[in-house]
Amino acid sequence: MININITKKLHAKKSSMELDIQLQIKQGSFVALYGKSGSGKTTMLRVLAGLEDAQGEIEVDGETWLNSSTSLAPQKRNIGFVFQDYALFSNMSVEQNLLFVKADKKLSKKLLEMTQLDSLKDRMPNTLSGGQQQRVALCRAMMREPKLLLMDEPLSALDPSMRNKLQTDILNFHKEFQTTTIMVSHDPSEIYKLCEHVVVLEDGKIINEGTPKEVLLKTRGSQKFSLEGKLLDIIKVDVIYVAVVSIGQQIVEVVVSESEINTLVVGENVTVSTKAFAPTLTRIMNF
Amino acid sequence: MMDILSSLELTPFVLSLKLASLTTLILFLLSVPLSWYLSQTSSKAKPFFEALTALPLVLPPSVIGFYLLIAFSNNIFGLELVFSFSGLVVASCLYSLPFMVQPLQNGFESLNKNMLEASYLSGKTKFQTILRVALPNMKPALLTALVVTFAHTIGEFGVILMVGGSIPGETKVASVAIYEAVEIMDYTTAHIYSAMMLSMSFIVLLSIYVFNHKHKKSFGGFR
Repeated sequence: MININITKKLHAKKSSMELDIQLQIKQGSFVALYGKSGSGKTTMLRVLAGLEDAQGEIEVDGETWLNSSTSLAPQKRNIGFVFQDYALFSNMSVEQNLLFVKADKKLSKKLLEMTQLDSLKDRMPNTLSGGQQQRVALCRAMMREPKLLLMDEPLSALDPSMRNKLQTDILNFHKEFQTTTIMVSHDPSEIYKLCEHVVVLEDGKIINEGTPKEVLLKTRGSQKFSLEGKLLDIIKVDVIYVAVVSIGQQIVEVVVSESEINTLVVGENVTVSTKAFAPTLTRIMNF
Repeated sequence: MMDILSSLELTPFVLSLKLASLTTLILFLLSVPLSWYLSQTSSKAKPFFEALTALPLVLPPSVIGFYLLIAFSNNIFGLELVFSFSGLVVASCLYSLPFMVQPLQNGFESLNKNMLEASYLSGKTKFQTILRVALPNMKPALLTALVVTFAHTIGEFGVILMVGGSIPGETKVASVAIYEAVEIMDYTTAHIYSAMMLSMSFIVLLSIYVFNHKHKKSFGGFR
């Protein structure tokens, strides 16, 4: 069990805010920290890792990492950390990056095999693709067999197909090692796929938490289709109005009435929803 | 021609090389912690320390030499430092300090902070991190610091003349030997010594630029 009760004053560009988090995390669970940028997700992760100081208490499996009198150094907290920019040791080969953490050849071999990186073990990090580098970083983070794995938007710099591969690797590692994991992400589909618990942060406070289904699915229970998108334009066609909305990576057109357009502002986020119809799922052929 | 070369006294050059090697070694050991501190600190005292270490860049060598002479003659170090080789080493360390500290500090500052943090999170101490992650990832800065300090110490003149004088085999280094040769109108010796200094300095600088250029090429490609 991990008990977190921390406060920290943050000085953002515009204003200062206070990070104020009370959270309990079950051993072996996979938790997502979700929220807008600037909501304090990364800071919280860094406080857990001991890279930044804060007031309050952090207790991991009965071991005190932070309280009013002590703050354990990052070296002494048994943590695996995956950075958004990989942060591999560029003077060492893939295998050396792992062995630098702990001289355990058996474990490094196992991790590299699990991520299909064993054939690249003698390559230098800057000769690898982003996805490969991040997989190495993930393996490196597991080398200490950490009590807590922290990932700061590990997939946000990668393209969709690479993301998929890494999500699978992360899931495999989680199944194999049962490491308690906290991941910062702002990709709902990724959270849905990986995590069993979501914590939503806003302005340094927890505003919502629950399972991904409870938190992310906004239309739970009703027979309703609801998608969030961005209103790009409103075009007048004869007597009707057509709103152009971007949802995910697609553009859709929705007919709106004249009275409705008064409430809509181009550039803002909107919900596109329909009710009482049977959605048809068709397989998309990939070429 | 061969007669001149064989009768040439090479001791000043040996002395210069010995002085430069020792100075570079001592300064490296002292400057790594200092420049690491300067690169990592957010303390308000940082500009103060930076200005202090940069002082030898702007002060006339005679000023440094004068203060050192005063300090040495009061024997505050408990060593015989005036007009001795050990005195020259101390003086050179002070005089060449910014040439070691500044490239190292720039090198440390240019490293990816996350990479250093990744090393701490791997359980490594600051010392291990500096030795195995920081320094190996800033080879151009490291080479520049070492070579420029070495070359700068070889080229030192004013401070040495004031603190060390010109005792053959003890403090008469190459630059001082050239000065003396010119003073007694021995232009042949002055010519040979100067030409040796000139070509040595050029080769040293050329090798740094060649290495740094190659390094950039091989490491700058991917990003």
